[in-house]
Amino acid sequence: MQLKTILTTAAMALGLATTAMAQDPTKVGFVYVGPVGDGGWTYEHNQARLAVEEEFGDKVETVFVESVPEGPDAERVMTQMALDGADLIFTTSFGYMDPTINVAKKFPDVKFEHATGYKRADNVSTYGARFYEGRAVQGHIAGSMTESNTVGYIGSYPIPEVIRGINSAFIHARKVNPDVEFKIVWAYTWFDPAKEADAAKVLIEQGADVILQHTDSTAPHAAAQNAGGVITFGQASDMAEYKPKPRVSSIIDNWAPYYIERTRAVMEGTWESTDTWDGIGAGMVEIGEITDAVPEDVKAEALALKDRIGSGEYHPFTGPINKQDGSEWLAEGETAEDGTLLGMDFYVEGITGKIPQ
Amino acid sequence: MLKLEKRPQPSQLWIYLTPLIAVLATMAAGSVLFAFLGKDPVVAIRTIFWDPLFSEFAFYYRPQLLVKGAPLVLIAIGLSLGFRAGIWNIGAEGQYIIGALTGAGVGLAFYPLDAWFVFPLMVIAGALGGWAWAMIPALLKVRFGTNEILVSLMLVYVAEQLLASMSLGLMKNPEGRGFPGSRNLQHYESAHNAELITGTGMHWGVVAAFIAVITAYVLLNRHILGYHIRLTGQAPRAARFAGVVPARLVLFCLGTAGALAGLAGMFEVAGPAGQVSIDFNVGYGFTAIIVAFLGRLHPVGILLAGALLALTYIGGEIAQSQLGLPAAAIQLFQGMLLFFLLAIDVMTNYRLAWQRREVA
Amino acid sequence: MDFGSISPVLLLASLMVAATPLLLAATGELVVERSGVLNLGVEGMMITGAICGFATAVNTGSPLLGMAAAAGGGAALSLLFALLTQFALANQVASGLSLTLFGLGLSALMGQGYQGIKPPPFPELHIPILSDLPFVGGVLFSHDPMVYLGLLICAAIWAMLKYSRAGLILRAVGENHDAAHALGYNVVLIRICAIMFGGACAGLGGAYISLIRVPQWTEGMTAGIGWIALALVVFASWKPERVLLGAYLFGGVTVIQLNLQAAGVAIPVEYLAMSPYLITILVLVIMSADRSRAPGSLGRPFHASS
Repeated sequence: MQLKTILTTAAMALGLATTAMAQDPTKVGFVYVGPVGDGGWTYEHNQARLAVEEEFGDKVETVFVESVPEGPDAERVMTQMALDGADLIFTTSFGYMDPTINVAKKFPDVKFEHATGYKRADNVSTYGARFYEGRAVQGHIAGSMTESNTVGYIGSYPIPEVIRGINSAFIHARKVNPDVEFKIVWAYTWFDPAKEADAAKVLIEQGADVILQHTDSTAPHAAAQNAGGVITFGQASDMAEYKPKPRVSSIIDNWAPYYIERTRAVMEGTWESTDTWDGIGAGMVEIGEITDAVPEDVKAEALALKDRIGSGEYHPFTGPINKQDGSEWLAEGETAEDGTLLGMDFYVEGITGKIPQ
Repeated sequence: MLKLEKRPQPSQLWIYLTPLIAVLATMAAGSVLFAFLGKDPVVAIRTIFWDPLFSEFAFYYRPQLLVKGAPLVLIAIGLSLGFRAGIWNIGAEGQYIIGALTGAGVGLAFYPLDAWFVFPLMVIAGALGGWAWAMIPALLKVRFGTNEILVSLMLVYVAEQLLASMSLGLMKNPEGRGFPGSRNLQHYESAHNAELITGTGMHWGVVAAFIAVITAYVLLNRHILGYHIRLTGQAPRAARFAGVVPARLVLFCLGTAGALAGLAGMFEVAGPAGQVSIDFNVGYGFTAIIVAFLGRLHPVGILLAGALLALTYIGGEIAQSQLGLPAAAIQLFQGMLLFFLLAIDVMTNYRLAWQRREVA
Repeated sequence: MDFGSISPVLLLASLMVAATPLLLAATGELVVERSGVLNLGVEGMMITGAICGFATAVNTGSPLLGMAAAAGGGAALSLLFALLTQFALANQVASGLSLTLFGLGLSALMGQGYQGIKPPPFPELHIPILSDLPFVGGVLFSHDPMVYLGLLICAAIWAMLKYSRAGLILRAVGENHDAAHALGYNVVLIRICAIMFGGACAGLGGAYISLIRVPQWTEGMTAGIGWIALALVVFASWKPERVLLGAYLFGGVTVIQLNLQAAGVAIPVEYLAMSPYLITILVLVIMSADRSRAPGSLGRPFHASS
């Protein structure tokens, strides 16, 4: 085929794809990085997709592809969705950032929503959740409940998202319990149940009686249950099967309200490129049920903290806060800027150990 | 009873017939699977095999076949040389990663210098990186007689850890707001392995894959080295009498495979993928082993096998999104295809014959 | 830094648990390879065993039935490999890799609907007197029965290969299938049995992860352990006693690495994570001095007429 023909066909097809949108139901595509059955990150995005279907019925058609590797495969899947007439595409992993921008350039009439990234365009929005707000509530419960004064923390990779969570949890654990120490291990994986179980066991053996995790499987809960006397928190999804103990609460990613709102915006033609970073207030970060294993007063304090964060009255990173080396980061009453938080690469004062380089 | 009887010569008819029968058998078995999952089997099969090639949007998918197939073919060609001589490099995935790291490393070191020589240097670095990584099992085998299957496989895991370390540390994009992953080479013109003609999918990696196919064909059929490789695989003792130095052959086969895998990684990181990231490798090195065998270790066969596998990947993605098939079903379907191809291939070298028990 | 927080009893105990799936899968593969067959599909058989065991345990409420189903599932999948390589004479490397692909897909399909369920707990084995011994009791005698079954299988295979006639035949088939055939042994049948035994062991190893070690079902949960088991067999130079050693080494490095991190020792994690693989290579080089080598017919197809 001649090059010219290829390009003309391409242009025609793109034209077709966009004109078709007027009559048909709005088509929404989802690109997932894991399987929908991962019980964590991708599972929650898929729940939100189902919520979109529920909300709009026949007026919407959703499609998804799961376990898409970041890179050229992602770019192809997005292009294929756009060619098939998708009006709105959610790309739900940080690593899809450059592919999303590339594909968006080729399809100016298709809207893209990229999770957790920072590159935007006229037809690309970004969105993310302030999980650190939930971490503050977890830290409060953890600090109040630990008897050994040792909290174990399973990190995935040393990236700003995870470091932010550690700092937030630590600050609020220290507030209620000045003697609390954090033991942090890095698993170097988002998802490896056997390794996560090992990490939890190791932390428990070394005296931790609270396990916080920033990896996606429920394996640490099972390890904690076997050990007895240890509490845990659900990550990404509720992990309710470990209620009421060891799992005493959880941070749930609730993407549904955002996905519904953005789909509606496309339907009504009011969609604009935005940068959304929502937390407890907007309902994007939910605190799962705090079970009865938590003493009444601690539960009440935790819920109060949640409400103050939700209403915007309190910011989890409010000074005075020093960096680990003792230098001042936030002065009395000062709150952290989003820019600093997004690129956070330091521990706050009091955390022992170094961030791996 | 029914017995297999070795043919004196591989059957020319069956060489061409077996892939066809295998694909048809897979379609039949796949139909059952898809029907079982509540999807229209005819539509599913058409989506996987037909749509990428001839549907309305084939203008996009056909070039993508080249993008997806090129690394598979490039790596498989290198592996096939060793496999023919009984040298088992199953660590191409590691060599692919290292090639990407060294290639990208050179590119990133020159950033933002705008010069014509950056890309050629990256190509050389990528090939050298893969070559060097493959030299580890090669030298250990030659010097100590260690098993190259294991050493090359072990080095895959070492390479994966290096990749994670590089994406989080040394090669991390200084403007990437602390996120893992390097600068995107697609935005650095001197280092970008761009499409040579827009819309065709043709990038330097595809060109390299075609060159590798032709070179391997000539080497195996026209060159004394190719003869030595084939001889060593068929009759190692005879090969020694014919003057083959086994050590040299090991170094050559593993080195070539490593260099080609390194090239594939480098072209991928500088082109379609664009950046070094923790999950950069997606299993091309392992899939290429299957491609090599499906292609019966023959250069042209490998080319066809690579294209077939790329087709099922791309068709599989379309089927997932259009029909809502789970990714697992596609994986299972690919597994079936491979099983049938491997199983029916027996007819090339053997025929079925009725025999009485005692005669055997 | 606080080495005092690492308890040697608990460390050794968790090492035994971490090593068990590796030990089971590697012992099975050892038998397969000793019969002259290279099955690279261990990961696929493990994950299939993991879901078969999990689903059965959840539906019947019996973890023991689950284990039996896991062994059955692994063996059934390995039968596919046996048909391909023993009857259709397909290439073993390619068949094994395909088997992994097939097993990963199959398990994910079978496992739909089993996410987020807790399996019935495995009965803890409390051995009177022994479990209460100081130190040794905690390290050796306070595990679930599967830990001991793993050790038992490994020991049984060691004894079989060393002392029994069955072991002799298996080795003969693996060393030189033509000679074994000439002696009147049914090479194909023996190999099929070995392959299915390997599948059953891999299935058990997988179910150990899904039913005891983690315990839950998620897609792809074996996360590469099958590949490590493969490496182990070669590391052990096809000797069961060394498989045991290797399983503890491989399982141990992860556990020790995490322990050091938790104790606050600043270690470069990526480099430590590489170490088991580098150690394997090193050990291989050192061991090349002794002449233990692969079974003579490993990976070569057998046909009676050839």
